[in-house]
Amino acid sequence: MSSANPRIKPANARTRLYVVLCMLGLASSALVVRAVDLQVVRKDFYQEQGDARYLRDLAIPVSRGTIFDRNGEPLAVSTPVESIWANPSEVLEHADRIGELAKATGLDEDALKQKLIERSDKEFIYLKRHLNPDDAQAILKLDIPGIASQREFKRYYPSGEVIAHVLGYTNIDDRGQEGLELAFDDWLAGKPGVKRVIRDRMGHEVENVELVRDAQPGRDLTVSIDRRIQYLAYRELKAALAEHHASSGSMVILDVPTGEILAMVNQPSFNPNARTNVDPSYRRNRAVTDVVEPGSTMKAFTISAALESGKWKPHTPVDTTPGSLTLAGGWTTHDVHNKGLIDVTGVITYSSNVGAAKIALTMTRDHMWDVYHRFGLGEVTGSGFPGESPGFLPIAKAWGPVEQATIAYGYGLNVTPLQLAQGYATIANNGRLRSPTFVKGAQNPDRAVIDPEIAAQMRKMLETVIVPPGGATKAQVRNYVVAGKTGTSRTAAGGGYNKKYVSLFAGMIPSSAPRLVGVVVIHDPQGAYYGALVAAPVFGKVMEDAVRLLDISPDNVQNWYTAAPDTGHTVRTGRQAPDGPVDMSNVDDGVPEE
Amino acid sequence: MIAFRNVFLSLLLLATIASAIALVYAIQQSRLAFIELSKLGNERDDLNFEFGRLQLEQATWAENNRIEQIARGRLAMVSPNAAATVVIKR
Repeated sequence: MSSANPRIKPANARTRLYVVLCMLGLASSALVVRAVDLQVVRKDFYQEQGDARYLRDLAIPVSRGTIFDRNGEPLAVSTPVESIWANPSEVLEHADRIGELAKATGLDEDALKQKLIERSDKEFIYLKRHLNPDDAQAILKLDIPGIASQREFKRYYPSGEVIAHVLGYTNIDDRGQEGLELAFDDWLAGKPGVKRVIRDRMGHEVENVELVRDAQPGRDLTVSIDRRIQYLAYRELKAALAEHHASSGSMVILDVPTGEILAMVNQPSFNPNARTNVDPSYRRNRAVTDVVEPGSTMKAFTISAALESGKWKPHTPVDTTPGSLTLAGGWTTHDVHNKGLIDVTGVITYSSNVGAAKIALTMTRDHMWDVYHRFGLGEVTGSGFPGESPGFLPIAKAWGPVEQATIAYGYGLNVTPLQLAQGYATIANNGRLRSPTFVKGAQNPDRAVIDPEIAAQMRKMLETVIVPPGGATKAQVRNYVVAGKTGTSRTAAGGGYNKKYVSLFAGMIPSSAPRLVGVVVIHDPQGAYYGALVAAPVFGKVMEDAVRLLDISPDNVQNWYTAAPDTGHTVRTGRQAPDGPVDMSNVDDGVPEE
Repeated sequence: MIAFRNVFLSLLLLATIASAIALVYAIQQSRLAFIELSKLGNERDDLNFEFGRLQLEQATWAENNRIEQIARGRLAMVSPNAAATVVIKR
């Protein structure tokens, strides 16, 4: 190679030329290949990566629907609030301003710095949520890089704890957690919209590209609750609990013609506007989730079954002497007072356990179970309330004579206050059962479960409980005829009955054409514990104002004009509540003694 | 024949240019309309929020407990009792 051969030179030059051309050709085809790869083969990937750096899909927040009461009063309203958020790495680049930021947001400076460092790989953290817009504006005015605000919604409940259990509450993201807020969450929440925008490096929106999905605001909900009656029930129940030092209680008021729940209150209650940690038991809607043994209020259903069996009429005599009844197996049922020979109506009036047990034992257990079941016991009412309890009605096959007798006067089964109200509303509605509902104006058909004649006879019998010699005179409402039944039961605990009592009252008004059904349940009253003394007065006080608010005509109002047709007539009836002490001998409800 | 083809081609060219300009114009219009829509949407939302706040305020003032306390306490009002009730026939 060292001795240059001039003859080889041109060939050498040509080889070089080819080599160079090849190299150039390879290089350019490499470029073309790369270009095709970028522009065609992997276009989607790079397009996506590029878009991801400046295109953003932003959520358009929507407000949650308002909940109105049946008269259009707002019960739950969402209003916008501002939440301050930060891009940690960007804030940390200007670490000198963290002190200023901490002061403005009211956070601890070291804790804030710590939080920013821990989350520095994220692009978004909340610093402070749900500020009122003016406070948020003040923080934004500091113009600290990486700090921005976002609109969110907070729910306010102007009625506070009065309707807290029924409405439930939402979490910090405004989603329903309990009560109707949960049951109707999809209806109320709406769907946040999505818009695509171009953002610059600083996070400013430069251009709206398109609307990906239109925002669908939450729809409003009109519930069946009447705020005024709800408040009445709340006030009277709370007062009764304080007076009797009771531990908890519930009241339900149903509108008989529609099955709508006009009021549902529980004590103790909570403030749904404060998200502080309260005892979870305060948040339970006891009227729907908690069960209670119905005690003597059960007798209305037992006697309905007896009338249906055809073996008993309202005036068929029942001998309750000597005030106790021993069944096979040694179980003895007691009446508090020996009433001797009474009739079926008297069993209701004096709440005789012996009478109820004797009547029950003449029926088949299948028939009794069937009637109870038709009244809605042992099954959820269909109100749709989250966490509703079905109560407990043992199957007829499991009943021995003792169970048959005790269930007849309300022991050995349990019901929710709402179920009890539904059962009494069936008697009030001429034997037609209608599921209670929380929604105003919903399609709510009823179905016949008991003969209208029997329902009418039952109402007549229940009227005797409210006037002497019946014990529940405190449930009276002037000018109106009330029908109802008291109950007192012991709470079952640890396999037996302890010394804690439950006072109940279930009633309807006006008895001749019932409009309202009310159920009062008070747990663990101290001192007096009979339903007639603890629960019945709450019914009387609430209904007195409720009939006025709802413009319900008194019973037999037409008859008053026969004497003086053209003059206004001051209403007087013989059924005036005694001002003196109640005759204590007839307020008992046959509480079982051990 | 050739003249006809030229006229046809230039017509197509003009149509293409016109449609390109129209496209740009339409996009611009759609952006303006979108901005207008967002503005009006925001305005509607703000009015709704204002309405909600006013409803809340009204509900707070009209809270039953507050009304009752003022009526019974400050104004010494009472519910009419049965003797004071007159039923009027219509």
